[in-house]
Amino acid sequence: MANPKSAYSVSTKKEKTDTHIIVVWVDNEAGVLARVVGLFSGRGYNIESLAVAEVDAKKNISRITIVTTGTPQVIDQIKLQLKKLVPVHKVADFKRNDKGVIFKEMALFKVVGNTNKIKKAISACKKYNAVILDKTKKSNVIQITALRREIDKMTKNLKKFGLVSVSRTGAVAMTRGDKIFN
Amino acid sequence: MSKLYSGAEIVFKCLEDQDVEFIFGYPGGAVLPIYDELKNHSSIKHILVRHEQGAGHAAEGYARSSGKPGVVLVTSGPGATNVVTALTDAYMDSVPLVCISGQVPTHLIGTDAFQECDTTGITRPCTKHNWLVKDIKDLSKILHEAFRVATTGRPGPVLVDIPKDIQFAKINYSKPKTEKKLNGKSLNHFSQNDINKLIDLMNKSKKPIFYSGGGVINSGPEASESLRELVQLTGFPITSTLQGLGAYPGDDNQFLGMLGMHGTYEANNAMHDCDLLINVGARFDDRITGKIDEFSPNSKKVHIDIDPSSINKIIKVDLALVGDVNNVIKSINKTLKSKKIDLKKSNKQKISKWWEQIQKWRTKNSLNFKNSDTNIKPQHAVQRLYELTKNKDTFITTEVGQHQMWAAQHYKFNKPNRWMTSGGLGTMGYGLPAAVGVQIAHPKKLVIDIAGEASVLMTMQEMSTAVQYNLPIKIFILNNQYMGMVRQWQELLHEKNYSESYSEALPDFIKLAEAYGCKGIMADKPSDLDEKIKEMVQYDGPVIFDCRVDPNENCFPMIPSGKPHNQMILGPSEKEENKITGKGKALV
Repeated sequence: MANPKSAYSVSTKKEKTDTHIIVVWVDNEAGVLARVVGLFSGRGYNIESLAVAEVDAKKNISRITIVTTGTPQVIDQIKLQLKKLVPVHKVADFKRNDKGVIFKEMALFKVVGNTNKIKKAISACKKYNAVILDKTKKSNVIQITALRREIDKMTKNLKKFGLVSVSRTGAVAMTRGDKIFN
Repeated sequence: MSKLYSGAEIVFKCLEDQDVEFIFGYPGGAVLPIYDELKNHSSIKHILVRHEQGAGHAAEGYARSSGKPGVVLVTSGPGATNVVTALTDAYMDSVPLVCISGQVPTHLIGTDAFQECDTTGITRPCTKHNWLVKDIKDLSKILHEAFRVATTGRPGPVLVDIPKDIQFAKINYSKPKTEKKLNGKSLNHFSQNDINKLIDLMNKSKKPIFYSGGGVINSGPEASESLRELVQLTGFPITSTLQGLGAYPGDDNQFLGMLGMHGTYEANNAMHDCDLLINVGARFDDRITGKIDEFSPNSKKVHIDIDPSSINKIIKVDLALVGDVNNVIKSINKTLKSKKIDLKKSNKQKISKWWEQIQKWRTKNSLNFKNSDTNIKPQHAVQRLYELTKNKDTFITTEVGQHQMWAAQHYKFNKPNRWMTSGGLGTMGYGLPAAVGVQIAHPKKLVIDIAGEASVLMTMQEMSTAVQYNLPIKIFILNNQYMGMVRQWQELLHEKNYSESYSEALPDFIKLAEAYGCKGIMADKPSDLDEKIKEMVQYDGPVIFDCRVDPNENCFPMIPSGKPHNQMILGPSEKEENKITGKGKALV
């Protein structure tokens, strides 16, 4: 990159980037996810993870949860640009380290090996609400819900216990207490 | 039971209810039912273009000069892809367009059918919103919604994709309930407190400046009136972006000329040195700000804009007033008057030094150029064109490049909606079709496309449209045989390696004009220029004017890349000491 101190590049001020969780309520209609995702890719914002599903069948509303990183200015732009999209109803934004909000991701682990290894794998997963979804003599499918970095850690740790396949979701978020997003 | 209408009929019912008078379009297989219905609706006139891009730009010219949304009708596949450039152009410059495209029948969507493309997918990033109509029940609702989205808030293009089977399908139609007029109130998010804060800043300021943009034009002619009142009430200097020209009279003494890369010395220096910068409906575009870090370093910044996402996008501001420009300015004017704050008087002493400084900058006469007796200088040509047409209510469109900047610098606009140019996207080939659209909206007015010979060849085919509808547009080509702006950058940045910027085989524009059935005029001597311009203006019909100008002329003044506002290159004499350094090169 040439001299960044120029008329045609972004500001030279290297601002700190933060991880934010953006929650978007949208009309559940064709192409709406493409609009939201296209806005991110078109404007060069990044998406760390994405979770989307309909949450209100009667009003036809889907809820999209996006984990992204950016400077405060970029995060502001993301929110303001999202609000301009016609099918978007409202947008909420939280810092990942916000104590008032719960963030969870889910992961499925397939472990193949002898009983001893599988046992060890299950016990390693215990503190993350482990559920055994499928069980054979040689294998187990374990479901956990945890934070992103905890799942990252588990995928590493379980390798030695015969982890052969990982499937995981994007983060979803909800406020603690009786507060709701607005 | 009420009468059943076909989808094609409903399209026209909606257009009629939206008071649409003109459609710019081109027929094709997937829109034939709509074209078949055209004959039954005499209040709507269809303008047949020669290329869908031309339809889009013509609709832009129509919209920008009339304040009404432009309507485009194209077929599926290539019809839709050809209009993408115009949609993007309209999106960048906030022009309200409603584009209706045909689509292959619903059951064939996704099968790679003949002339099928993913139109809503392709146009998603270049429209405010788009719709694929999958059910005839939704058609009228979507069309009315399309007009609402295109024209409210920050205007822009929208697209409605209608499969052929939907155009044949039948359903009943009821007129939409007239929505309560909100007068833009729902878009206004500023309070009296904000207005008071602004007035306080204005009161304290010693070196204030207004910087107005296309938002003033989009807010309607009344906004220009309000702006003029505000500028006169305050006695502050005002500069304008390319798109904002005409909102404030170009020949008024408080007007400093255009700012930015090819703006005047006084406007750019005033932006740099001011202590209060009031942005009225502009967006801090990179051609305006120059080097961001050194942009107006000592000023309090105020931003008036209808689009909340424009605030703090590029330049952080101290005070933001989100709302319709006209509503905001009217509130400011009202408050100034009701509180009997006479800024002109109370500020006079404080500001007089500022005006003295501005006068000093003005003496640089930065738009000056060395005129010649033998060659027509392009700046001279624009000046003569201005002098010979300023007494008429003239509408100017341009293509993109040097001629566009010379037009912006030397043609003075006194009214809004008289200046149509592609600013954001910079689309060569915009001006000719835009002139077609402007002339459709203003059949009796003089419409001139100040063009470059390279740009105008990109959409030259629309001369045929002008001839078909007897549109007396004047295409004033500043012919320097080069892609002038490309050549200028190559001269300044690439050691005069004029790679592919010279046009080897230009057409004979007089013969070309005659081939289209219009008049061709050529001028290559300064002494003939006035006479020939008069001949062009007086001719009742479309004209192509081949004005052969000095091919080596560059566009000055100029902020070189990587430099802030107060380091402008003034002209050939000053050029050497201000060479663009290696690092700035990559950043053009």
